[in-house]
Amino acid sequence: MKFAVLVFPGSNCDIDCFKAVEAIGEQVEYVWHTTTDLSGFDAILVPGGFSYGDYLRCGAISRFAPVMNEVKKAADEGKFVLGICNGFQILTEAGLLPGALIRNNGLKFRCHQTPLEVVNSATAFTNQYSQGEVISIPIAHGEGNYYCDDETLAKLQANNQIVFRYAGDTNPNGSVGNIAGVSNERGNVVGMMPHPERAMDQLFGSEDGKRMFTSILNAWREQHGAAVNG
Amino acid sequence: MAQQLTAKEPTAEQIADQRIYTQFGVTDYEYELICGFLGRKPNYTEIGVFSVMWSEHCSYKNSKPILKKFPITGPRVLMGPGEGAGIVDIGDNQAVVFKIESHNHPSAVEPYQGAATGVGGIIRDIFSMGARPVALLNSLRFGRLENDRVKYLFENVVSGIAGYGNCIGIPTVAGEVMFDESYEGNPLVNAMCVGLIDHDKIQRGVAKGVGNPVFYVGPATGRDGIHGATFASVELSEESEEKRTAVQVGDPFMEKLVMEATLELIDSGIVLGIQDMGAAGLTCSSAEMASKAGNGLELYLDEVPQRETDMTPYEMMLSESQERMLFVVEPQHEAQAKEIFDRWGIICAKVGKVTDDGRLRLFHKGEEVADMPVKALVDECPVYEKPSQEPASFAASASIDTADFAEITDLTGALEKVLASPTVASKEWVYNQYDYMVRTSTAVQPGSDAAVVTIDGTRKGLAMTTDCNGRYVFLDPEVGGKIAVAEAARNIVCSGAEPLAITDNLNFGSPEKPEVFWQLEKSADGMSEACRVLDTPVIGGNVSLYNENTKGAIYPTPVIGMVGLVHDTDHITTQGFKQEGDVIILVGETKAEFGGSELQYVMTGEAKGRPPVIDLASEKTLLNTVLGAIQQGIVASAHDLSEGGLAVALAESCISGRIGAEVNVATELRADHALFSESQSRILLSAKPEQAAALQSLLSEQGLTNAAIGTVQGGSLTININGKSGVAAPVQQLEKVWKDAIPCLMK
Amino acid sequence: MKAIVYVTIKENVLDPQGTAVQGALHTMGFGDVGKVRIGKYLELTLDTTDRAQAEEQVKAMCEKLLANTVVEDYRFELEG
Repeated sequence: MKFAVLVFPGSNCDIDCFKAVEAIGEQVEYVWHTTTDLSGFDAILVPGGFSYGDYLRCGAISRFAPVMNEVKKAADEGKFVLGICNGFQILTEAGLLPGALIRNNGLKFRCHQTPLEVVNSATAFTNQYSQGEVISIPIAHGEGNYYCDDETLAKLQANNQIVFRYAGDTNPNGSVGNIAGVSNERGNVVGMMPHPERAMDQLFGSEDGKRMFTSILNAWREQHGAAVNG
Repeated sequence: MAQQLTAKEPTAEQIADQRIYTQFGVTDYEYELICGFLGRKPNYTEIGVFSVMWSEHCSYKNSKPILKKFPITGPRVLMGPGEGAGIVDIGDNQAVVFKIESHNHPSAVEPYQGAATGVGGIIRDIFSMGARPVALLNSLRFGRLENDRVKYLFENVVSGIAGYGNCIGIPTVAGEVMFDESYEGNPLVNAMCVGLIDHDKIQRGVAKGVGNPVFYVGPATGRDGIHGATFASVELSEESEEKRTAVQVGDPFMEKLVMEATLELIDSGIVLGIQDMGAAGLTCSSAEMASKAGNGLELYLDEVPQRETDMTPYEMMLSESQERMLFVVEPQHEAQAKEIFDRWGIICAKVGKVTDDGRLRLFHKGEEVADMPVKALVDECPVYEKPSQEPASFAASASIDTADFAEITDLTGALEKVLASPTVASKEWVYNQYDYMVRTSTAVQPGSDAAVVTIDGTRKGLAMTTDCNGRYVFLDPEVGGKIAVAEAARNIVCSGAEPLAITDNLNFGSPEKPEVFWQLEKSADGMSEACRVLDTPVIGGNVSLYNENTKGAIYPTPVIGMVGLVHDTDHITTQGFKQEGDVIILVGETKAEFGGSELQYVMTGEAKGRPPVIDLASEKTLLNTVLGAIQQGIVASAHDLSEGGLAVALAESCISGRIGAEVNVATELRADHALFSESQSRILLSAKPEQAAALQSLLSEQGLTNAAIGTVQGGSLTININGKSGVAAPVQQLEKVWKDAIPCLMK
Repeated sequence: MKAIVYVTIKENVLDPQGTAVQGALHTMGFGDVGKVRIGKYLELTLDTTDRAQAEEQVKAMCEKLLANTVVEDYRFELEG
């Protein structure tokens, strides 16, 4: 399986995403924001960071990068697209995911491990977790306060599009419904504020993120008739 | 020589006649020297360039005699002071590059941008050497946190550091924050950056090869932070438009792009010399690059990218606009270099040429506007031996018995008070605002003795810390200087690493005061001796003088930034107790020493008497032995005893480990003395029960005082003294006091 | 021609910065302050004299880039 890690000016978790894919032994390449062909990739990771300095609004400028047309195409083709942190912000700005991310309610950047509840373990990104499992994944953001209107929220719930919630009373940023990650209707595009790519090894605080990457691998293998047990 | 530059600027004659140079901080004596070097009177641009090159910041004219004291060589040192940053070999063709730098005065005026640009500047120092920055640290000092202005400064300095470091994607992994009235009105903001480099990629700031083009990269130049701000006065140019005393504004996004493009450029192997434009911008970088190569340089100022209109040569040379670099390549590599910067969307302009005449010559609008010998700018600034005098109070304070205070009977209450003191309290409020995990290499996060960052592709890691207790240095500069280095080394060892080298940031008051200069001398003596004994040479640093407020000089604060090598990630050790049943061992001797201690400060609001004594030879034995034990795998946790002594160390090890401890200390001292003394060269260890005996005999063999003082167990911290009840409190309660202190004050 | 664009957080969306400023003003004794909303102010210089065209263009810019209409409202004025 081959992963693309997009690189926008100001991306800074691109290295971490790259290392995470290497850690599960799959192929991975950095893809520059001006690229106009993603046909060689099976999954696209939109990494965290401060693309274009987060100037104007987080993700607002990146969504117009040439590569984003290809990301839309890939999403339409059913390929897996995962946006993490700034990547999540870019995907909402691009309209690939519902809602928006606004300033944390505490107004401060927050960086720490966070307990996350796996709300939907049936997605291509979470099939290696059990439903309702609480995992430890770090956050690091200043604008991760997920917002959507009531109608959208109802739709998200009805369609099982809420993938992760901040567990218990740990909501760190004021997100509506404690939402930490959502998917599109089809379920092949997921965005989340916490960083699974930083949770690949207990040495760095947690290895709970690893199963996110093996989930994607597993889903891809299933699609390609080579399912394995993770 | 074009004499009349613009109508607004005074002529060379006016500068001489009206002694305008004194407003640049240039003395009559220095002015005469400059005239001698030029063979004529300097014009406005030239006196501006000389004044910044001959400022303390660039020339170290007051501190050179002090800096000479430091040991700067060692078997691992690949580059010592003089370049952007020092470099130390860590094996496998890799090296670590690091440096600390202050941004105290800008932060006092505009805390957010002052701190942010401080971080930006130190990062440039690291990547301009060709190194990939992997970690940031910062050492901060503020006044009492009860003060509203202090809160404002603290809040915004932390935000500024976070804003810059988080955006550029370099983890801020460690640091320290201390609060004392001494720093009111003059906070200290020292930022340190650590980078990794392969030996063959090491760059120098040299303008090599006569005829080679010189390039400017980064954003366009504006009138930011021009030194002129300090002297542009009405009598100088009444009709001139109001000069902007613009604060420099940091753009971490731009710096991220400049960093990536620069590292790519260096990787391509075509760079002959590169240097960042830091203090004194284009002036300092061009003069230093020419000087190091023994060459000259011509700059065509019309080619310098400009953000504002009608900028004069003086303004362009002295602007401190951020995120800019200067580099030299051979002419045939020009296109390749430009292509790299183009792809990153960064301006890259050819602004000059390397010459063989040893002069810095500036051209503007078709005329030569300045012509100065490079050697005079860089090497010929006079060095001053300032008068030094021991303050009268020093001898007198020797007789103060720091242990002579009414015995504290409520020891749990006292511990909670010390834990809630902002200097000791948890700094989670600070470091949770920093992205300390990006790059996914941070194995020991902020909040332990030293942070550890792993090195990809190896089993090695880098431990790093900053340390300095200004109160100790104030009470006895020599002893305080030794302790600063020793404590840094102890922190490094407690995390499982071998101390390698230090970078230092000498934050002092005005050197014109003989008592301040005495502090500078004595603390440098102490630091130098400690560096020699502990084999940690000084590979670079920064001097920040004139740190004064209305009450006088700040506490002398020579901040030590130390880096150590973790030989195997298995050696990584943290301060938290690990497991029920582990044996707690106190290593080192406790005496009743309270001069400059946290307890003294909490009780009296002052620092008085002598600081704790330190014996560097015993310190060295302690460090070697504990590191050996850690490497053998018989140590479960290690924690340096510092502010607040044994009681605070035990509490922190419990809180970090989320587990309690049952301790009984056998001592001849008073209970409160035993618990809160800040005697040096002590470490709190814990070990598995089956390994405790081996650990103790290892310590005893080396002649180190040690005692098994308890076991890790339960959910409370209980400390008995000679069997008599002392401290008893649930760990959760202590944790709450310790963690809530700063957030409560900041509400 | 010059366009002045104001971008504000939608009425029904929490504005944490505005709330913080309101709190600060209250502590400072400005008890009369009701709601505080913080937004962005943008000045664009346009190379056109055709008002209708400018109006149409600025609207498109706001919809596409300057505001995120999921959480933000915008309005603008044309000068000159």
